Amino acid sequence: MIKNILIAGVGGQGILFISNILGNAAIVQNLSVRASETHGMAQRGGSVVSHIRIGSARAPLIPHGEVDYLVALEPVEALRYLSYISKKCRALVSTFRIVPSAAQSGIGIYPPLEDILENLMRYAEVFPVDAYSLAKRAGNPLTGNTVMLGALSTMEDFPLRQDVLKEILLSQVSPETADINLRAFELGRIAVKK
Amino acid sequence: MAKPKLHTLKEGNRYFLLGNHAIARGALEAGLNLASAYPGTPSSEILDALASSARELGFYAEWSVNEKVALEVAIGASYSGLRCLTAMKHVGVNVALDALATIAYTGVSGALVLVSADDPGAHSSQNEQDNRILAKFTKIFCLEPYDAQSAMDYTIKAFEISEKFSIPVMLRTTTRINHARGDVLVGVLPKSGMKSEFKKNFSRYVCIPANARLLHRELNKKLEEMESYASESTLNNIRLNGSYGIITSGVSRNYVREAIDALGAEVSLFELGITNPFPKQLVKRFLSKIDRILVVEELEPFLEEQVKALAGDIEVSGKDILPRDGEFNVEIVKNAVAGFLGLEIERVKREDISPVPRPPVLCPGCGHRALYYALKKITEKKIYSGDIGCYTLGALEPLKTMDTCLCMGSSLGIAQGFYHAGVEEDIIALIGDSTFFHAGIPSLLNAVYNRANILLIIMDNRTTAMTGHQPNPGVGVTAIGTKTVAVDLEELVKALKVDFVAKVKPSDLEASIEVIKNAIDLSGVRVIIAEEPCALMGRKLGLWRTPPKVTREKCEGYLCRGCRACLKIGCPAVSWERGKAKMIPELCTGCDLCIIVCPVEAIGRDEND
Repeated sequence: MIKNILIAGVGGQGILFISNILGNAAIVQNLSVRASETHGMAQRGGSVVSHIRIGSARAPLIPHGEVDYLVALEPVEALRYLSYISKKCRALVSTFRIVPSAAQSGIGIYPPLEDILENLMRYAEVFPVDAYSLAKRAGNPLTGNTVMLGALSTMEDFPLRQDVLKEILLSQVSPETADINLRAFELGRIAVKK
Repeated sequence: MAKPKLHTLKEGNRYFLLGNHAIARGALEAGLNLASAYPGTPSSEILDALASSARELGFYAEWSVNEKVALEVAIGASYSGLRCLTAMKHVGVNVALDALATIAYTGVSGALVLVSADDPGAHSSQNEQDNRILAKFTKIFCLEPYDAQSAMDYTIKAFEISEKFSIPVMLRTTTRINHARGDVLVGVLPKSGMKSEFKKNFSRYVCIPANARLLHRELNKKLEEMESYASESTLNNIRLNGSYGIITSGVSRNYVREAIDALGAEVSLFELGITNPFPKQLVKRFLSKIDRILVVEELEPFLEEQVKALAGDIEVSGKDILPRDGEFNVEIVKNAVAGFLGLEIERVKREDISPVPRPPVLCPGCGHRALYYALKKITEKKIYSGDIGCYTLGALEPLKTMDTCLCMGSSLGIAQGFYHAGVEEDIIALIGDSTFFHAGIPSLLNAVYNRANILLIIMDNRTTAMTGHQPNPGVGVTAIGTKTVAVDLEELVKALKVDFVAKVKPSDLEASIEVIKNAIDLSGVRVIIAEEPCALMGRKLGLWRTPPKVTREKCEGYLCRGCRACLKIGCPAVSWERGKAKMIPELCTGCDLCIIVCPVEAIGRDEND
C-alpha cells in the first residue's frame, strides 16, 4: 500500500510544517514514510511543494498520475500539479488567492477561482476550503495550513489517524498557540464534512 | 521550525529525519570531533544541526569563511588524529579543490569525511556539476547514499573507511537525498573524547616536490587496495535475475526499483554504494552473467564510461536514452527501462498546463529592494556585475538590476575585466556581506593593486540569509552562538586602501541615491556599504510595523492614472485589485518603500501609526 500526498503552496504558508506533522504521524502509526521538500526558497514567496509518500514507496518524489491527496494552500498552485493527480485523487483547495508578482506586472494571467476549480474537477474530487476565513475565525490568519490539515484528516481512506495528527500538532506548536491551532484543525475538519 | 537536537534522539527509535539531519546524526554516532562548513543549498542543514549539538557533546563546530578554509581546518584536525566532517554544496568543492587535490597524497591520520551536496536540476545553484568526477580526480573514496537511512548509515561507514585507509571519503549526495525525508532508525552515541596529537612526519605532511613524487606513487598503490575493498564492500548490492542488467547508484536506485516493480520486469540489478574507486572486479563478475546493460545515473556518464571500458562485446546503454542534465524521476527511468527491455508501456496523456509562474522574490521589507530601486533611479548607463545570494533575486523582473552572475565573488573580478576591456558604461559590482568575506576580499585587493575604476556595493544584511541565516565574520557570533569579534567592513576596506568608502542605509532612499550618485562621479576603487538587517530577522527584533494605508480616491487619480509605480518595486505585499493598489497586511513589514515611490501620495500612514 502506498498513499501519496502532495502539498503545494507559496513560501511562508507553512507547508513544511504540515508535511512534518504527516511524516511524524506515519512514524507513530508504525508506517514507512518518504518525503521530499523545497528548501531555501521557503520564505521567499516562491512556489513550494512537498511530496509525502506513506507505505512501501522508495522514491522521494511521487510519480506522475499517482497523487491520492492534493492539498493546495493557494488555488493556482493546485494547477501546477495536474499531471501528478491520480484518477481517484481528492483535491483540497484553499480558496484564498495570492497573486504572484508576475501576474501583477502583466507577465502572466491569474485565472478566476471558478476556472481553477472547474479545471481541477475534470480530474479530481474537489473540496474548496475557505481556509483564510476559518483561520481568522480560529484566532490567527496564519493557521490556514492547520485548517487544511484538519480537512485532509477527514478524507476517505486517509491513512493517518486524527488523534495522532492532533497530538503531533500540539507537540509542534507553542503552548500559547495550541488552542488556536486545535480550533483551526477542527474548523477544517467540519468544513469538508458531508 | 526549530533546529533539531540530534543528540537527544533515542537509540532504537525511528524518526522522520531530513537527509541532512540523518548525515549529521551519522557523524555523531561515528564519534565526530570536529565539523566545519560554509553554508550552501542543499548542504546547510548539516552544520546547522551539528552546531546545535556541539556544546552538549563537547565537539568543535564552525561556520568557516569559505569552503577551502573549512576543508583545511578539517585537514589540520584530521592530521591530529581527530574524526572530522566538512560539508559544502557541489560548487563549494571547487573552492576547496586546491586543498582537496593534494590531501590524498598526504592522507589523514584520523578520519575526514567531505559531504558534497550536488544539485541536479539546479534548484538553487549556478550549475549541475557532478562531483563524483572530483572524487575520481582527487583519488579519494566516493560513497553515494540513496535515502535518509542510508545517508546516516553511509556517513558512519565513511568515517570507518577514512580511518581504515587514512584517506578522505566523499559522501556524495544530491538535493533529493539532502532535502528528502524518511523514517530513520537511529543507533548509539559513543562516549566522546577528543585526544589529539600531531605526529610530525616530514616526508608525509610537507608536500614539497621531492616528497610529492613519492607520495603520488604510494597513493596510486593505495588506490588498488581501495579498489579491492570497494569490490568486496557490502555497500554494493547485486541481485541476479536474467541476462539484462541495470547498473545504478544514488537516488536513482529508488527510481529503478519502482520502475522495475511497476513494469513487473525481470532484470538483474547492480546497485553501487561505493562509486569511487570503481569496483572493477565486482563489475566484471556482474558483466560475466549479463548480455545487455543499462546504466541509470543522473548527470554525467560517470559509471557508464567505466562500465564500457570493461564491457567488451556487451552492449551498454545509458546517456543514449537518458538525459545528461536535470534530475530523474520514476517516469523518466520507467520509460528508459521499458525501452531497454523492449516492453510496451501505456502512456497516459495528461493535460499539463503551466499557470502563471511564481519564482521566489525578495521578501517584503528587504533592504536589497530599496537599494535596487535607488540604482534604477540613477539613470546613467551602467553595467551591474552581480554575485550569489538573496540579492541575486534582483536580477529578475521588475527590478532587473544584474547583468552577470557566475560564481561566489565573481562580481568583483568580472567588473575589473569590464574596466580593463575599456567598456564605456559605469561599472558597478554588487556583492553580499557573506560572499564578500568568502571570496571578495582578495579580488578587491586586486582592484586596488591594479588600479581598476569600479564601484563596489557591499549589500550587508548582517547575515547569510539565503541559506538560513547562518552567522558570518561580520556578525560577532559563532556557529554555536558564542560571542566573537565582529569584523567592521568599513575598516576592512579602508585597510585595503580603496579610494573612497561610504556607508548608506537603503531604506533611507533619498540619502542613498545622493551617496551613490556622488560615488559614481568619482574615480578609482570606490566602495559603498549598504547596511540594512535582513527583513526576516527584523521580525524577531520587533522592527516590523503596521502596514500603510491606500487612499483609494488618490490611486488612479488624474496624475498617475493607476501608474502602478508601487508594483514596480516587486514587493509581494503590494497587490493590484480592480485598478487600484492594495496592501496584503499578512505580508507587509511596514518598510514604507511603497509610500516613497507613489507619485500621488495615495499610500500613506496615519500620524500615530
